[in-house]
Amino acid sequence: MRFLLQRLGFFLLTLWAAITVNFLIPRLMPGDPAGAMMARFHGRLNPSAVQAMAIAFGVDTHTSLWTQYVEYLHNTVTGNFGTSLTYFPLSVSSQIAQAAPWTLGLIGVVTVLAFVGGTLIGTVSGWRRGGVVDSFLPPVFVVTSALPYFWVGMMLILFFSVWTNGALPNDGAYSLDAVPGLSFPFIADVLQHALLPALTILATSIGAWILTMRNNMVTVLAEDYVRMARAKGLSNRRIMYQYAARNAMLPNLAGFAMSLGFVVAGAILVEYVFNYPGLGYMLLNAVNNLDYPLMQALFLLITVAVLVAVLICDFLTAWLDPRARSAS
Amino acid sequence: MTATVLAGTTGSAEAPRRSPRLGGLLTAISSNRKAMVGAVLLLVFTVLALAPQLFTSYHDPDAHAYDVGLPPSSSHWLGTTAFGQDIYAQLIYGTRQSLVIAVVVGGLATVVSVLIGVSAAYLGGISDHVLSAVTDIFLVVPTFPLIIVIAAYAGKGNLLVMMGVLVLTGWSYGARQLRAQALSLRNRDFLQSARVRGERRSYIIVFEMLPTMSSLILANFLGSALYAVLTAAGLQFIGLGDNSAMSWGTMLHWAQNNGALQTGQPLWVVAPGLCVALLGASFALLNYAFDEISNPALRPVRRTRAQRSAV
Repeated sequence: MRFLLQRLGFFLLTLWAAITVNFLIPRLMPGDPAGAMMARFHGRLNPSAVQAMAIAFGVDTHTSLWTQYVEYLHNTVTGNFGTSLTYFPLSVSSQIAQAAPWTLGLIGVVTVLAFVGGTLIGTVSGWRRGGVVDSFLPPVFVVTSALPYFWVGMMLILFFSVWTNGALPNDGAYSLDAVPGLSFPFIADVLQHALLPALTILATSIGAWILTMRNNMVTVLAEDYVRMARAKGLSNRRIMYQYAARNAMLPNLAGFAMSLGFVVAGAILVEYVFNYPGLGYMLLNAVNNLDYPLMQALFLLITVAVLVAVLICDFLTAWLDPRARSAS
Repeated sequence: MTATVLAGTTGSAEAPRRSPRLGGLLTAISSNRKAMVGAVLLLVFTVLALAPQLFTSYHDPDAHAYDVGLPPSSSHWLGTTAFGQDIYAQLIYGTRQSLVIAVVVGGLATVVSVLIGVSAAYLGGISDHVLSAVTDIFLVVPTFPLIIVIAAYAGKGNLLVMMGVLVLTGWSYGARQLRAQALSLRNRDFLQSARVRGERRSYIIVFEMLPTMSSLILANFLGSALYAVLTAAGLQFIGLGDNSAMSWGTMLHWAQNNGALQTGQPLWVVAPGLCVALLGASFALLNYAFDEISNPALRPVRRTRAQRSAV
């Protein structure tokens, strides 16, 4: 219980830090980028919206920094991120709500798949030391983990789309002429469009999980309690999953929480390469259009998503590891 | 080169007592195939970065000097871009920036991790709590969106800003590992005896602790360099690098902007991406090989049979 409270406290601390960094960045930058943006808005917005943006970006010099900070916190917590410049006059929140499901569906599902699949393959590979899987996979995955995500995506486009006369789509989340809805053809179309980006993320991220899991397994299998389990005559299956893998997974879980940021970075670029209409693609568009309100809301949202995932990892750790549950 | 330079500096710090270890490092590299491949790749890129003019007769790779979109030929080995630049020459001249970013960011990030990780472990108490919390925050906040936001505000194309941000976001993983190792060293006998001898704190940290941690520090350098290579390439690819400077990521940016894949110029994409991948792989291979060298249990083949028959 104490462990979970501690982790929850850390979650809140990090969240606060991210929100505060988001507040400080536009104020610390040289020049006056926010002022220039406000000028572009001039005359197109009602006064209260202008006031809200002035607070968000520190253009409003009439109020003290502290008042701005409090008001900014209030706006952030209530989900009031202002108006998007790119998609004027729509609000930032409504734009994000449109893009979020695509990212969650693609990146979320594939990341979990890669982690689960990689951990399973790593378990088997570490268990069968010197087997076929074990001897040729590690060097291969060392190399794949060093590949730039976006380039792998471009290579897949080259192989499966350009050189095969468009066998697989490489642009957007569904065909332009498709009718969105819960119909079979539309879902098939969406899955087809998701195939190449999903493959890109899977191919580049699964290697790291396999390697670390394998190495953890190798270390754990040398432990006394594994020998003890063998001496008791337990089945191999039981030793492998409940004794070795359960313990070997703990560092992997912590590693998952830590490298999530790296996966997110890759995912942003993959969305960009495939013009996939998710949050990452939207973030890069916002950067190109100097759409600061959208940009900062997206940064916050991505951060919150990662922090929640880390928190879930912590809960899983507590569930798997009695030591984490009982100790401080 | 980077690996040997770094090993050289740590080696000189411990020179009076443990000079054979540098030789040991070289033997270890030459006896491990992964390390060997990584070291050779790194050496090749280093030579290319130092003397690009030796490898191509085109000395102004940025000039729009030739016909556009030429296929590979004897005068243009990899063809030309949609702007009429020689792709092979761009590739050769682009090596320098990528390698400089990797080495400088990798080195500075490692210095920061050592400073923060080791002082957290050595100071203990409240300073340790604060430093560890800061490390953990930097560890979990997704850095790439943060870099993008900062780069968007600070203006595109400033190499120093980019390297600074990469260092700022790249040190935390190493700091955590180094703190853990330093903690486990804290109560070892050789440090106790140094304390009893009345050595100063700074002396103990620099001359007693750091040399024993050199392999982990080296691993950290390689990891940070890999992070820098990939992240920098990604930033340049989306156009947040210096778009007029010669680098692999920028080549990819222009290739993507001109639809190189769709217009039948795949080499414009394949070649620079492959270079990024190979440079990254050289750091990753060296890193993995050092892991194997320092943790014998991970080594392949021979031990396996012994272990199996023992079981």
